[in-house]
Amino acid sequence: MENEKIINYLNSVNRNINLMEVCGTHTMAISRFGIRNLLSKNINLISGPGCPVCVTPDSSLDYIYDLSLHQDIIITTYGDMIRVPGSDPSFTLEKAKAKGADVRIVYSSIDALKIAEENKDKKVVFLGIGFETTMPSTAVAILEAEKNKTENFYVYSMHKKVEPVIRALIEDKEIKIDGFILPGHVACILGQQGFNYLKGYKISGAITGFEFDQLLYGIYTLVKNINENKFEVDNCYKSAVSYETNNTAINLFEEIFEIKDDNWRGIGIIKNSGYKINKKYEKYDIEKIFPNNVIIHKKKYNCRCGDVIKGLIKPNSCSLFGKVCNPDYPIGPCMVSSEGSCAAYYKYNDEI
Amino acid sequence: MCLAVTLKLLEIKDNQAIAELNGIKRNIRIDLIKDLHIGDYVLVHAGFAIEKLREDVAIDTLKAMEELDEAMKEVSHGK
Amino acid sequence: MEEIISMSHGNGGKKTSALIEKILLPRFNNKELNNLGDGAILDVNGRIAFSTDSFVIDPIFFNGGDIGKISVCGTVNDLLMCGSRPKYLSLSFILEEGLKISELEKIADSISETAKKAGVLVVTGDTKVVDKGHGHKIYINTSGIGELKEGISLGRDRIEKGDKVILSGSMGNHGVSILCTRNNFFETNISSDCTPLNKVTDAILKYGKSVKILRDPTRGGVATTLNEFTEDMNFSIELYEDKLPIDSDVQTACDLLGIDPLYSANEGKVLAIVSEDAADSIISDLRKLDESHNAEIIGEVKETNSGKVILKSIYGGKRIIDKLSFDQLPRIC
Repeated sequence: MENEKIINYLNSVNRNINLMEVCGTHTMAISRFGIRNLLSKNINLISGPGCPVCVTPDSSLDYIYDLSLHQDIIITTYGDMIRVPGSDPSFTLEKAKAKGADVRIVYSSIDALKIAEENKDKKVVFLGIGFETTMPSTAVAILEAEKNKTENFYVYSMHKKVEPVIRALIEDKEIKIDGFILPGHVACILGQQGFNYLKGYKISGAITGFEFDQLLYGIYTLVKNINENKFEVDNCYKSAVSYETNNTAINLFEEIFEIKDDNWRGIGIIKNSGYKINKKYEKYDIEKIFPNNVIIHKKKYNCRCGDVIKGLIKPNSCSLFGKVCNPDYPIGPCMVSSEGSCAAYYKYNDEI
Repeated sequence: MCLAVTLKLLEIKDNQAIAELNGIKRNIRIDLIKDLHIGDYVLVHAGFAIEKLREDVAIDTLKAMEELDEAMKEVSHGK
Repeated sequence: MEEIISMSHGNGGKKTSALIEKILLPRFNNKELNNLGDGAILDVNGRIAFSTDSFVIDPIFFNGGDIGKISVCGTVNDLLMCGSRPKYLSLSFILEEGLKISELEKIADSISETAKKAGVLVVTGDTKVVDKGHGHKIYINTSGIGELKEGISLGRDRIEKGDKVILSGSMGNHGVSILCTRNNFFETNISSDCTPLNKVTDAILKYGKSVKILRDPTRGGVATTLNEFTEDMNFSIELYEDKLPIDSDVQTACDLLGIDPLYSANEGKVLAIVSEDAADSIISDLRKLDESHNAEIIGEVKETNSGKVILKSIYGGKRIIDKLSFDQLPRIC
């Protein structure tokens, strides 16, 4: 009943409004619930770089592929990474596995640590991917390895920070975003206060959950604020998110990681946007044993994932979409990642 | 990102807990959240509790619905 | 008998005979098999359906069954989906050197039990042994013959606008159960729904020509099987999300892992497309059986969006449900 009211209100707003979400789970949820089909075209929902897999650069993926082919290495990873291609569509962990690499999917970083404890003769490398929601779990695994003296446990950190990319998107003159649907679970760690910097840009934000009614509520809050020229950062996911930052979680990962400049696939280098393992824990950093010297040569296809991630084009405007690039033969991460914009578009085909 | 599911805490021991929903049980880590008790509902992401869920939230959505009714009245008057 | 399978069990000599005589024959005891001829000489009435399937499942023992049970159900159910009465099976083993004899016995017990339940006789077979490292413990192939039933006509070309789509019970149990057992993601009682579907298909086929097509949604799940119905045809299938039967623990497991139950395999369910006027009666009859106690009408056949499967969500939105393109993997995003 309330959902109907919200939809009616949203469709009564005449103004053109661009909303971007920066969370892959939001990308999927919006497509899965068919929310775009329920709203009129002047409310434009843009999928941004919220999928950490999608923004991992080619060089990292090529590096992982090479690492996995070492006989004495076991790669442990979340399932999201298995099919992501590097600079060539054949450089995936799935293909490496077919060539004999030992690649294991884990649900949790702690499961990866267990695999290290059970395979002392191998180097077990955990792929640390994700934003602030997942970083604490990588940190805890390293601290646990330290406590248990598990010396064959390593991490390849590809962790990234959400704030710099949001700022980069706002400051990019090509893109015009009126409001952000903010990632509900990153906000569990950062708290509502972790997004207050948006107010400085006169842009609205709404921390939003992942169920249909929660998404609608978040979108409604944003549209109402924008319509009334209010620039607020609202918490529309109060059942899970509080105002305060979770300092326990932050302290855990600040113990292990330090900030670095980082490369975002499709966007380029963003200053102070990535995390690497600090000196104190560098013995768990696989890059200290196998430095990442990967040089990417010219790519085979003109992948436009970058433009999709920035919201400049919709997935179906990329000339590769659906033809050369599809879920069976993905060229770029936006198609292969289960939460990439292209995958969501292809799977849920937003225009029926 | 982040896929997270609500589970209920059945047992707690130091920084670990057994959490359950609909017959699915999993050992989880609770290093990130203080003050948890058996029976609490937590959001679990990648094997870690990232938040304790609060029950008193219905109030906010009710307030929002009142505002929405007002907003719709204005819109229909404006038309 | 020794404890493990060795290469000599496969050489056709004394050890092979001992294996067959001590482990296999007693469990499948029938005149034709006991002859141990090069082939079985059989009596059949009228036209027959013939089907084959190979089983490489890992793990070989899982909650709700084992590779033996599924090797019978797989072929029996395919014969049932063709509208036939399954009668005879062939049974071929490829055993890996090192397989425990006790495990083989357990599997043979399952095959025997399931074959009895399905009303089929194992009439001929073969056993080979491969070197350690080349066979993943045990692979099985079964082929089967069934006698076509009278008064039915099954095929995609019979499907028409207005027909209803029936699913005989909760979806995704087998696929999720195997994924959980294989990877130890969490503790669960979710078990494979693997079962012979004789009673279920009999109940549906009582309605004769009102039944347009039957299929069991195995690999790729309900979504993939429905796409096999609609592909290149001039109709579509629209599913109602709120009618899809799913057990709450399977739903929670899928939520935790980030996988979609529509694509998860089933080994004990039937998808049927039936004419509109028979649908309610069929559901009523199905719900009287244990195997189909929560059967549902999950969708209907439409003329728009030809060739596609569309899901109408609880919230009114619609989306296209494609075939499975790659294995679903657990994710955090």
